[in-house]
Amino acid sequence: MYSEKVMDHFSNPRNVGTMDNAKGVGEVGNAKCGDIMRIYIDVDGEKIKDVKFQTFGCGAAIATSSMVTEMVKGKTLDEALKVTNKAVAEALGGLPPAKMHCSNLAADALHKAIEDYKAKLEEEKK
Amino acid sequence: MLKRIYLDHAATTPVHPEVREAVLPFMGEYFGNPSSVHSFGREVKKAIEEAREKVASLVGAKPEEIIFTSGATESDNWAIFGIAKANEKKGNHIITSNIEHHAVGDACEMLEKMGFEVTYLPVDENGLLHPEQVEAAITEKTILVTIMHGNNEIGTIQPIKEIGEIVKAKGVYFHTDAVQTTGQIPVNVNELKVDLMSISAHKMYGLKGVGALYVRKGTKLGKFIYGGAQERRKRSGTENIVGIISLGKAAEIAQRELEQRMAHNTKLRDKLINGILEKIPHVRLNGDREKRLPNNVNMSFQYVEGESLLLNLDLKGIAASSGSACTSGSLDPSHVLLAIGLSHEIAHGSLRMTVGSDNTEADIDYVLEVLPEIMDRLRAMSPLYNK
Repeated sequence: MYSEKVMDHFSNPRNVGTMDNAKGVGEVGNAKCGDIMRIYIDVDGEKIKDVKFQTFGCGAAIATSSMVTEMVKGKTLDEALKVTNKAVAEALGGLPPAKMHCSNLAADALHKAIEDYKAKLEEEKK
Repeated sequence: MLKRIYLDHAATTPVHPEVREAVLPFMGEYFGNPSSVHSFGREVKKAIEEAREKVASLVGAKPEEIIFTSGATESDNWAIFGIAKANEKKGNHIITSNIEHHAVGDACEMLEKMGFEVTYLPVDENGLLHPEQVEAAITEKTILVTIMHGNNEIGTIQPIKEIGEIVKAKGVYFHTDAVQTTGQIPVNVNELKVDLMSISAHKMYGLKGVGALYVRKGTKLGKFIYGGAQERRKRSGTENIVGIISLGKAAEIAQRELEQRMAHNTKLRDKLINGILEKIPHVRLNGDREKRLPNNVNMSFQYVEGESLLLNLDLKGIAASSGSACTSGSLDPSHVLLAIGLSHEIAHGSLRMTVGSDNTEADIDYVLEVLPEIMDRLRAMSPLYNK
């Protein structure tokens, strides 16, 4: 049911873990629906220097989380904001239709982490 | 090659080698239509009647009370719609539980749309119904009570005999879905006091696509399938010969091996449950510890999700199942797990492993070696852990 690429990211997830002193953290989903994704970013200037994720969820949730971290590591914040859930699914060679909705939220989590970082910057400026 | 361990016997069982042997001639030499007058038909007819006797013998019924169907879903549907149709002048009320298989639950929901009233009795935290709940729910309009014998997900065995006594005393028809119990524990239609009972072949080492409905003599049951008057005019359609032979053989083997099968499964089940409780923290057993199918282990692991657990086990060669939403094909986790009071989060982390004759103690040792590693890995990845 899952593509080889999904199974690769599921069984060898990239960038798993937490981050001390993360510059931004984003979380989407809830335990009720069975998927929670949390993404941590470290930012250097405009670039995402490091990114980590933690996910509670199905195979697709774990694979999309892993894939999005790989896609944006080293990229600028603007480039990262252009990565969509759909693009993540495509990079994985597609997801089963039932998974497109509930488990394909990793890009949203990343965008929230970037927003969190930007909000913190604003706070510091004040 | 990766060692493969099958722990999903509640989904389906492997075909018993004796069953395979028994059906082969019916895919060759014996191909006649049992309704035919000639010898080709007669020899197959004889084999069907022998299969019927074996199924009847396993459950303590008379052969003429066993009617072959396309499986337990048809049996369940037929029992429910057939009783409703034939008895609607008497009443329009049906009683069931909130942990039935969808073959019963969805049929009851359809009856509601057709104007019947259905009471869904809630089970307790172990998945058990109490006979007095049934007694209190019966009204003058009640025509059928349908309660499953052993639950396919959490393994709880209902007090069918006690419920049967109450239902019988009130003059109401009583159906049970005995798919998970037939061939697993002693099942006797007279002891259980049931009027109708659904049986499946592929849950007891027979083939898929065949089952039976036990119908007590004198039961007013409407027809469900119309046609060529097979099965004593009760269930038309040229018989699934190969399937029926498989069910007969499976019943014969079950009767012969029942005690041994129960002892074997119970031993492996308990080893698995105790091993998991000992080795893995933040875990709970779902379903009653004592009133439980000998083959069923169902546990919830906090902080992890069922599908990723299943995929990880599969990568290690272990086949199991889960009540998580991701595996149920809907957005909600299993209705059975929610009915016993689990939160969505805990229900999503459920794992069902059901043992069978082909499993060994070494299989269980392997699971107990692999499962804690998988759990550590998934929990380390989970944002809910260590919170």
